[in-house]
Amino acid sequence: MCNALGIVSYDDFVNIPGLNDTRPMPSVSFLGRYRLIDFVLSNMTNSEISNIQVYLKNKPRSVIEHVGTGRHYNINSKSGKLRILTGEANVQNEIYHHDISAYIANMQYIEDAHQDYVIIAPSYMVYRVNFDEVLKTHIESKADITMLYKTVDNADTSFARVATLSIDKPRKVVAIETNQGKFKNRHISLSTYVMSKENFITMVHLANETSSLYTLRDVIKDQLPMMNVVGFPVHGYVACINTLEEYHRVSLELTDYAVSKTLFDPDWPIYTHTNDSCPTRYTSTADISASVVSNNCLIEGTVKHCVIGRDVEIHKGAVLEDCVIMANTKIYDNVHLKNVVVDKFAKINHKVDLTGSPDKIIYVKRKDNI
Amino acid sequence: MMRQNNMVAMILAGGRGTRLLDLTNKVAKPAVFFGGKYRIIDFPLSNCANSGIDVVGVLTQYESVLLNSYVAKASLWGLDAKDSGVYVLPPREKIEGFGLYRGTADAITQNIDFLDQYDPETVLILSGDHIYKMDYSKMLDCHNKNNADATIAVLEVPMKDTHRFGIMNTDENDRIVEFEEKPKNAKSNLASMGIYIFNWKQLRKALIDDVKNPTSNHDFGKDIIPTFLNTDKRLFAYRFKGYWKDVGTIDSLWEANMDLLYRSEELNLADPSWKIYTEDRTVPAQNFGSKAKVSNAYINQGCVVNGKVTNSVLFTGVIVEAGAEVTDCVLMPFTKVKSGAKVQRIITDENIVIGENAKVGSPKGEIELIAHDVKGV
Repeated sequence: MCNALGIVSYDDFVNIPGLNDTRPMPSVSFLGRYRLIDFVLSNMTNSEISNIQVYLKNKPRSVIEHVGTGRHYNINSKSGKLRILTGEANVQNEIYHHDISAYIANMQYIEDAHQDYVIIAPSYMVYRVNFDEVLKTHIESKADITMLYKTVDNADTSFARVATLSIDKPRKVVAIETNQGKFKNRHISLSTYVMSKENFITMVHLANETSSLYTLRDVIKDQLPMMNVVGFPVHGYVACINTLEEYHRVSLELTDYAVSKTLFDPDWPIYTHTNDSCPTRYTSTADISASVVSNNCLIEGTVKHCVIGRDVEIHKGAVLEDCVIMANTKIYDNVHLKNVVVDKFAKINHKVDLTGSPDKIIYVKRKDNI
Repeated sequence: MMRQNNMVAMILAGGRGTRLLDLTNKVAKPAVFFGGKYRIIDFPLSNCANSGIDVVGVLTQYESVLLNSYVAKASLWGLDAKDSGVYVLPPREKIEGFGLYRGTADAITQNIDFLDQYDPETVLILSGDHIYKMDYSKMLDCHNKNNADATIAVLEVPMKDTHRFGIMNTDENDRIVEFEEKPKNAKSNLASMGIYIFNWKQLRKALIDDVKNPTSNHDFGKDIIPTFLNTDKRLFAYRFKGYWKDVGTIDSLWEANMDLLYRSEELNLADPSWKIYTEDRTVPAQNFGSKAKVSNAYINQGCVVNGKVTNSVLFTGVIVEAGAEVTDCVLMPFTKVKSGAKVQRIITDENIVIGENAKVGSPKGEIELIAHDVKGV
């Protein structure tokens, strides 16, 4: 059992127009059968964290439906607990609607947790890490706060506006900045923090007293000179889903089985809510390659380098390349799509030809009828 | 006393399925995989759940460890609400000694105490070996409308096949007047599907009488139904229309899987109003490599395909490497076909590895069951 309360945090103001119109980041569908929150929750439950709080800002319906009691994430239904919490303050303006205000509103549930430590992680960062090992390292280091980071060489094109860390030896965090995309090589913060519960409560109150606009990141940044904040490098696959282009790029990157093996490990299962869908049927006209496909689809057309969600129909003569097609979509005969993200329940009829580019993805909105 | 249940279902799942050869060495026939992700017993269990039946007893006997632990996960079929459940009922030691189930009826007789707990009006007797989708609540409506003592689900089979079934001869109101087991010259083509609804009080009495009869086989078809008929009980046929299959042999198991490719309208597993529920393996969605070629296939999550797959059913987690060819096959969960291997008209057991460049199966003749790893060449 891991001696930490798991907190799935707000998403640092990440908002992708379109995708986030009807649901927040945690319930954005990903790689066919998953939603983004599955990765952070599975990291937590695989690390034997049994007390988890999921903080939700707006439009909680889809997350509540997907996460439910958390039973499918392997949380013990008696001794474990998964709580879905919302900021309860009457927020007049979105700028006040941040992580600290939600922690203040639910302080009682944080104080009441039996665990001595907290591990805070967002759902828009996709990676695999054993939090129990991170906690052990944190305790041994006697640090006040441990921040997870990934050293990347594509900070100029990905991870826009994400916090970057300056790290001194031995792994001491000396500065937190915002990635402006000027450099390739950066230490990217995974917005994932480990600290004692006591210290966490102190930081939350300190942030709240300092400024009504302060987030956890802001107060940690202020405290860097006074506190021992250390970095913990994550070596495996890391993606940050914070723009439509990144959502598209990361989804397609993970259709490559060699890449996907760096995120998925049979010994570290990623749990999700099952829909009891039957297998997918490919007809004799189907042509499928370099793709990820979910269950209960009907594939009659050509699908090349795509991610296809559950219950999707792709009819004869349709040609899809470099697309992300979400659940319950119907693509009819002879439709041609390239670099398109199609949201759930959309229908695209014949003779349509939509061609985007990797840096200008076409987005077809939920329930759209083209 | 528990809440009174209108109808309790009892699934007979004790049979080995000897003709399925090595597939049933370690598991009973109801636990055999079917249709890319299911086990055969998922069909009666899902039918129960979808028909609003809350309490299901599963009578197991042969190699029941896996089957017992599988059906005990009642939440898979949503049968875990208050006052509902799936109960595993293997033979047990009693004050009069340890009793194996000596026949289908004896299995129920030995669990009269279980049924008495629920005091149901009717008992639904099912087989754990059959693949079909059926709304038992409609059959119960028919049973009640006829004021029947017992109702037997029947299927119209081609006259040439009647010698393989128990045949019901009925009057104009579908009341059963005669039952013939595997007749040479059948008078009707209404075959018993092994699905019975009994008035529980009457069945209970018949079972207690049957157990005292030294010449009885303690079998529903051979003993209980004839007894009901001979004592002028009201037996009615319930006509079922739709897909139904008893997969007794390797060939018929292969054929039933192929029905998902060639007769998908008849056995539609995609119907959202009548889903078949099963264990969900925690694996990613299906992955296709750049060299994948797929034509006419039924593929489940967790598969990784970079070879050629034609006219085949791939279960959870099957791997087909680049350069491998899979034609007219049923590959059970986590089968691995390594690069350059060519397989044709085979069924594999779980976790089988077909080595590099191996050639298995032939274009004609019987379907081959591969129950051991095949070395590469």
